[in-house]
Amino acid sequence: MSSLILILITGVGLGALYFLVASGLSLIYGLMHVLNFAHGAFLTAGAYAAWVATAYLSGLGGWSFPVAVLVGMIVGALIGATVEFFLIRPLYERHIEQVLVTVGLGLMAVALFAGIWGPDPRPFPRPEWTTQTTTIGGAAIPNDRFLLIGAAGLLLLGLVLLLKYTRIGLIIRAGVENRNMVQALGIDMRRTFTLVFAIGGAAAALGGVLGSVYLGSVSPGQGTALLIYAFIVVVIGGFGSIGGTALAALAVGLVQQLANYYLYSGIGDVSVVLLLAAVLLVRPAGLTGKTA
Amino acid sequence: MTDLAQTLTDRAISVTGTGPRRRTPTGRILRLAIPLVILLVLIFLPWMGFAIPGVLPGAVNSPGSMQLLALCLVTAGIALSYDVLFGRTGLLSFGHALFVGAGAYLAAIALGKWGAGLGLAILLVLAAGIALPLLVGAISLRVKGIAFAMVTLAFAQAVAITVLRNPGGVTGGEEGLSLNRSALPAFLIGVLNAPYRYWLALAFCVFCVLVVAWLTASRTGHAWAAVRENEARVEVLGLSAYRAKLLAVVVGGFLGTLGGFVQLIIVGGANPHLLSTEFTLSLLVMVVLGGAGSRWGPLFGGVLYVLLDNRLQELSTSQTIAELPAVLRVPLSQPVFVLGLLFVLVVYFAPGGIAAIGGRIRSRRARRRTTEPVSDKGP
Repeated sequence: MSSLILILITGVGLGALYFLVASGLSLIYGLMHVLNFAHGAFLTAGAYAAWVATAYLSGLGGWSFPVAVLVGMIVGALIGATVEFFLIRPLYERHIEQVLVTVGLGLMAVALFAGIWGPDPRPFPRPEWTTQTTTIGGAAIPNDRFLLIGAAGLLLLGLVLLLKYTRIGLIIRAGVENRNMVQALGIDMRRTFTLVFAIGGAAAALGGVLGSVYLGSVSPGQGTALLIYAFIVVVIGGFGSIGGTALAALAVGLVQQLANYYLYSGIGDVSVVLLLAAVLLVRPAGLTGKTA
Repeated sequence: MTDLAQTLTDRAISVTGTGPRRRTPTGRILRLAIPLVILLVLIFLPWMGFAIPGVLPGAVNSPGSMQLLALCLVTAGIALSYDVLFGRTGLLSFGHALFVGAGAYLAAIALGKWGAGLGLAILLVLAAGIALPLLVGAISLRVKGIAFAMVTLAFAQAVAITVLRNPGGVTGGEEGLSLNRSALPAFLIGVLNAPYRYWLALAFCVFCVLVVAWLTASRTGHAWAAVRENEARVEVLGLSAYRAKLLAVVVGGFLGTLGGFVQLIIVGGANPHLLSTEFTLSLLVMVVLGGAGSRWGPLFGGVLYVLLDNRLQELSTSQTIAELPAVLRVPLSQPVFVLGLLFVLVVYFAPGGIAAIGGRIRSRRARRRTTEPVSDKGP
């Protein structure tokens, strides 16, 4: 029983990590029809930024970790906005080229990180409390799971509030539905694109920092490894739908953990991939029924 | 040149969208003569002793250079097989590595673990080269656009993960599998026999070119081009876009599987990298770099990619790089960074790839408005 609780909570934690990465991807694709292969680079950049920042922030004591997370998120948002403004925008409406540019950026970024900080994982200085455990129902659960779940919950809440109750959220939702109509009504979508890239970059960076806490290390390839699962989550959840993405992230995280434990180790990754193929073939538009 | 041949060439030009509209008689002869001359030079390369400093390690016919050139040619063929999907039919697949890896692993397992002879291994590779793309294509083509890309990615990723887990000790996990050399004829093994492996790669490359050129000029190729330009229209005309796309996946997958087998013989082992998404992405880089959908672009892109990757690797450990300031040294010591940068630059400034640059200069000289050589269709 206690192992089941541990597995379930770990699965939800993993799903939370996927959601952090996938939410930005989903919004970007839903709004701009760009499959952003550079998203993994935003994530890794955020993780390295936080890693570098912690080295300078040791004087802050308990506050050094939150500040480092903030630094990582700001760096992620800045990189996201910069990429959109300088590299994606000139290729307006040329979707294949936009995807190709992000593919190139993704490759370059991984190589650059490996060049600067070396190809091997570097240990990430975790705050003391994330390495301890909390006992729930007889199961000792590492605290980093709760950190992931809490962060993803906050992000989900924030995004839902943003989308539901603000003007910019209204524009984003309308743009996902029918971008041409929004533009025909005289609204300049370009600023929204940059904003969505910035939000996606910040969320991915948050996922990168928390993923580093979870793994205990930061490495150049960590973003790319997560990116494939984030793609799977986005496709299963339906492009542009935050609720669908959250649901899909949860499902993918749980399936992966449960299959790994109850069938045999390693089958979890394959079963997630098969889940994607099955969902797409039964419901080509994803769980929430938005057209891909 | 016969009228039939002329019709075929004209068709190929109109389908691939390369080359100017009119050709002089000399131009027509050159179009056939230049590739033949290049092919002859490539065939006789193992007898040439001169060196190309900076491009090849040592003399052209030294075993090291021969090995590198063989790798260039087999990669060029594989890149062309990917272009059947991407450039000619407009299918963005992220799972092409599956076929290449399947060819290499299947042959390595058959030769090494099952004790099969070379003939049986080739038969197995040929059968898998048709059956696997047929299966994957039939399922994944039920969805279109980005969803298709994702399903192919899923299939490739599932196989890649399984191979890495090394079920039953068959696939060798992260180490990969080494080729059981005793099952091969003697002239294909050993360092000094590198020219034979080079000719094998050349033969594979020429085979790919011939198959793709023949199909592109045939009704099938027209159907591919039509699907690439406007799929809805193909359906309205009463043709089956699904069948055309499935044929593209099978042809591309078959050539890719064959390429994996040839690569196994040249490299002497099956590496899990061949199954990875990074490998498919590098194929995409090669094809776009050279010129997607053009006759020679993908080949050129493949050769350029392997040469650059190899040379930059060499450069990264050299003394000249070590003395540079960090701002230049760090990016230059990473071949993938330079290749990625080149790729992004091509996407921006040379749409249509390197193959289209000549045509662009020509048309600019003629002060004619150029038409976009790459389709703008969204994913």
